[in-house]
Amino acid sequence: MSTEEPLLKVENLKTQFFTEEGTVRAVDGVSFEVNEGELVGIVGESGAGKSVAAQSIMRLVEEPGRIVDGTVTFKGRKLVDIQETATGELAPSDEMLTQREMRQDIRGKEIAIIFQDPMESLNPVFKVGSQIREFIELNREVSKDEAREIAVDMLREVGIPEPEVRYNEYPHQFSGGMRQRVLIAMALACEPSLIIADEPTTALDVTVEGQILDLVDDLQEKYDTSFVWVTHDMGVVAEICDRVNVMYLGEVIEQAEVDDLFYDTKHPYTEALLRSIPRPDRTVEALNPITGVMPEAINPPSGCRFHTRCPEARQMCREGDPAYNDVSEQGAEPHHVSCFKFEDVGYEDSEPLETEATTAFAGGLAEMRAGGDGGNNDD
Amino acid sequence: MATTTKTDDREGAADAQFDDAVDEELEANVGWRYTVTQVRRDPTALGGLAIISVAMIVAVIAFVDGTLFEYLAQYAVFANLGIEQYAIAKAVWVSPLAETGSPILRPPMGITNELYPNEPGTFAHPLGTDHRGRDVLVRLFYGTRIAMTVGVVSTGIALLVGMLVGSVAGYYGGLLDDALMRGVETLYAIPFLVLVIVFMVAFGRNLIFAMIGVGIANIPTFARLIRSRVLSVREEEYVEAARAAGVRDRNIIMRHVIPNSFAPVLVQATLQIGVSILIVAGLSFLGYGAQPPTPSWGQMLSNSRDYMLPNPWFSIWPGLAILVTVVGFNLLGDGLRDALDPRINN
Repeated sequence: MSTEEPLLKVENLKTQFFTEEGTVRAVDGVSFEVNEGELVGIVGESGAGKSVAAQSIMRLVEEPGRIVDGTVTFKGRKLVDIQETATGELAPSDEMLTQREMRQDIRGKEIAIIFQDPMESLNPVFKVGSQIREFIELNREVSKDEAREIAVDMLREVGIPEPEVRYNEYPHQFSGGMRQRVLIAMALACEPSLIIADEPTTALDVTVEGQILDLVDDLQEKYDTSFVWVTHDMGVVAEICDRVNVMYLGEVIEQAEVDDLFYDTKHPYTEALLRSIPRPDRTVEALNPITGVMPEAINPPSGCRFHTRCPEARQMCREGDPAYNDVSEQGAEPHHVSCFKFEDVGYEDSEPLETEATTAFAGGLAEMRAGGDGGNNDD
Repeated sequence: MATTTKTDDREGAADAQFDDAVDEELEANVGWRYTVTQVRRDPTALGGLAIISVAMIVAVIAFVDGTLFEYLAQYAVFANLGIEQYAIAKAVWVSPLAETGSPILRPPMGITNELYPNEPGTFAHPLGTDHRGRDVLVRLFYGTRIAMTVGVVSTGIALLVGMLVGSVAGYYGGLLDDALMRGVETLYAIPFLVLVIVFMVAFGRNLIFAMIGVGIANIPTFARLIRSRVLSVREEEYVEAARAAGVRDRNIIMRHVIPNSFAPVLVQATLQIGVSILIVAGLSFLGYGAQPPTPSWGQMLSNSRDYMLPNPWFSIWPGLAILVTVVGFNLLGDGLRDALDPRINN
């Protein structure tokens, strides 16, 4: 698996938003890979840069956002290939696809996106069927009638009853779950090799979410489409993903096979995330939410970005940037993590740092501090 | 797959129930059918619609009779078929007295009865005749053609150009937006009548340039209106979904942005037709609209100035015609606004 070229390879991707308050480093050097037929998850809190990373792959980032660095290779073609020159200008390489090539060859045809809110992702003034047909006609060389047939078949495929009737209905006549099915049908109908799902089940209730996840699992097997599944929900990750990238403040801080991530958690942030959700395989008295809120990406903390909230932070975490290394044992699946704990640089000797998280464990102190910190206590 | 089908069916049934509940709530946002039902429930909008329909029918008949037949009558084939201009007017209104050798003034002045000028209203001439013996009702009838054409065409020009400028500016934003909108605002800064009159002085004093002039002067209204809508619509997820599916910008604007920005524009256009009719009537009054002998309401008013005291019906009837038509468009516009705005109706 690791010998062949991955379907999608993202290297050191950086996307920044140039606002009046300053530069927001939404995505700051993200690297990951998606192999053929694989379902890769990207998890993280709100504001971690997951969605921006997904949009950057498609080059859909809008002003004032800009991709400032990095390479995205898809099937050997460079979707993004930008280097910053010495003078601070952005220099796309000659190999990078033009906007026109992106539109004609990649978007919809090779990579499709399913958006977060099924209520908002369909145009309210057109019938559902004609919207699917529009996308099919655009991305596949088929006649109008064939496109219609494909659209009806796809609707049936995603489990919409009476697809011929539903084809002629408007989006408002569909419920949330049904609309999400329509969006999945829309994405699959153009037979892309990769589908980026940007929190597609967040707006749905859990029963419908479960059905959608089952559906995606089935369809993924049937069509052998690769997925990038953006979510903040560890439960969803456990359910469907093969491999997981955990993002924090614009960086991927841990990447592993899904089972490794859950049972051999390395990074303190991932651990904290897992502690904050109920797990069927562990019994705990009470859940432990992560203390504090994520800092602004406009002015990220120095050193390891998680050190302000990390229960295991040491002095050196504030000073140096931990490297993003493979820490798996010989022969095992790769398990990347960026934390000094797993580097041989003297983490154990470093002075423990007093942070919101460490003091919270000391109890009492947290409450005293909360007044000054905007009330981040969690008792 | 067999097991999943079962659960799907169950969900389908549950969904159908849920749909009914959601339907009513969401219906407000949707579709022509809903708008039409709303308008149908609104008596004032219906009244407006009735007035406009009558005016439109009259205008179409007048157009066929006054313009199309004039064109056809030039050809022997059609002339032999008995097609002649003002057939309707003659059949309905001409008093036999008018035909006794007196020269009929060249149409489309309207049919004249030179024997009885300044009639206040008789059986032969229900709304009277003017100072030259022309039937006021016939002239009003043919004047409708011009009023409606002018209203629709000038608003159409303003709507099309304004929509193009506004949607492009709003969708792309940035420098293009600035350039286009500053241009539009420059247009907006010039007083309306001055703009139109200067335009007509430069290009020609006839109805066509009057329509174009009024159309151009109205571009800013529509450009600004649609831009403000586009600014919010372009952030919708379905627009982003379309971009992500590789739809080209042109088609996104045409298929996704404009249809979803159109409701307030439709309301504005309906109101604007009424306003444009009024403006062109004003221009005709000033001598910058339809030129004699073509009858138009504004010009009839203008001609009646000297006779206002002795023969008030010269001015009352065309004035009333303008009033009723403009009110009709305003009523319909208000009704449409109520129907299209989900916040107003409960």
